[in-house]
Amino acid sequence: MNAAPSRRDYSLIGRDAKLAVETGLSAAEWYHTEIPRKQMKALMQRSDGPAIRDTIIWFAALIVSGAGGAWFWGSWWCVPFFFVYGVLYGSSTDSRWHECGHGTAFRTQWMNDVVYQIACFMIMRNPVTWRWSHARHHTDTIIVGRDPEISVMRPPDLVRAILGFVGLLDAWHAMSDMLRNAAGNISAAEKTFIPEQEQPKSIRIARIWTAIYAATIALAFYTGSFLPLMLVGLPRLYGAWHHVMVGLLQHGGLADNVTDHRLNSRTVYMNPISRFIYWNMNYHVEHHMFPMVPYHALPKLHELIKHDLPAPTPSILAGYREMIPAFLRQLRNEDYFLKRELPLTARPYREEFHDNAAAAAAE
Amino acid sequence: MSDWVEACAAGDIDEEDVMRFDHGGRTFAIYRSPDDEFFATDGLCTHEKVHLADGLVMDDIIECPKHNGRFNYKTGAARGAPVCVNLKTYPVKVDAGKVLIQIG
Repeated sequence: MNAAPSRRDYSLIGRDAKLAVETGLSAAEWYHTEIPRKQMKALMQRSDGPAIRDTIIWFAALIVSGAGGAWFWGSWWCVPFFFVYGVLYGSSTDSRWHECGHGTAFRTQWMNDVVYQIACFMIMRNPVTWRWSHARHHTDTIIVGRDPEISVMRPPDLVRAILGFVGLLDAWHAMSDMLRNAAGNISAAEKTFIPEQEQPKSIRIARIWTAIYAATIALAFYTGSFLPLMLVGLPRLYGAWHHVMVGLLQHGGLADNVTDHRLNSRTVYMNPISRFIYWNMNYHVEHHMFPMVPYHALPKLHELIKHDLPAPTPSILAGYREMIPAFLRQLRNEDYFLKRELPLTARPYREEFHDNAAAAAAE
Repeated sequence: MSDWVEACAAGDIDEEDVMRFDHGGRTFAIYRSPDDEFFATDGLCTHEKVHLADGLVMDDIIECPKHNGRFNYKTGAARGAPVCVNLKTYPVKVDAGKVLIQIG
């Protein structure tokens, strides 16, 4: 299913990384919809209330489903409990990590920090490394060679994308990175986005996590049961499917190397359960354009600026119906992408975002 | 010591808000705190040169609109990743309803 070697160089220390900096594609000024300051200020306002409510529900559901899974361990009745526990552990932590990393979920910063650390552990993302990689993702969203968080590169590795639904490769890489960091090794790629003074923190966290996983494995051996691993660690695999399902839609099949989030990000309407798990990151164009707006205000922001954005994808299924054919076509022509059509009310794309070659590739 | 430069009228900035001020090829951010005091810093985030005037003021914090890095705008101290380098601050005074900053 894999195509010929890519002409794109995704290495953070490679040819395209250097080129993006030299051409000004990196750290460029991005398009954003004009919003009066008073309205923007109202949208950016922080509040503890919504995130405290959601976090109480989240923890309560984790405890109840985890306890149910443990109680019924050994019978088929544990399956529905672990199904719920897995999604809460291995998927909802993706959005908690993300939103608390931005510092927008809660108004009170220590609350953001506590949930951030817990969610990072569950989703297996070093809180130091990923804070900095995500800053880069916002600076250089889907810029080849600069963005460390491009989930589907071109041509798409569909085996890797499918394995992501069960977290296999992610967890393998996360564990490898954790052990490498715990040994005091920061990679050359990591050094491109983690400041030197932050690197020891990354190593310290990796060592703490290694100790926790070692204790969990020791407990599993001691009790002669997989149960400790079903509660700590393995949910990152069996519960990953939801965050991968919604996460691939963020940028999958869309343009790369542009500086307009309307071209490289996708807003998708979703059911309320997925939106709770995902903390409204389905409003992804809005989030990238205005990362200061908390998750609970994104629906309002969407209503305010949708006249200037491509039509939202109406459902998760509709998203996959357009994205999968685009991935398959990229296997033959990696320059192909889905060109987002703007409504008549929108400000047009700037020419420099859409040169002739890119437009032709989209045909 | 440089002269004081008029940046704006005091009423131009809401309480707990920020405004951009460009002067002599440089850009600054002028803040009005919740307790009605005025402050000034360099206008660009020390992380990636984004205009702080598009950010959010909360108490004595300015949050960068691009990466949510935080500074204490009263002291310029970097208060949260991804910012590591402090902001330069400038003396401010209000005279006859005008906000003046002393640009060094």
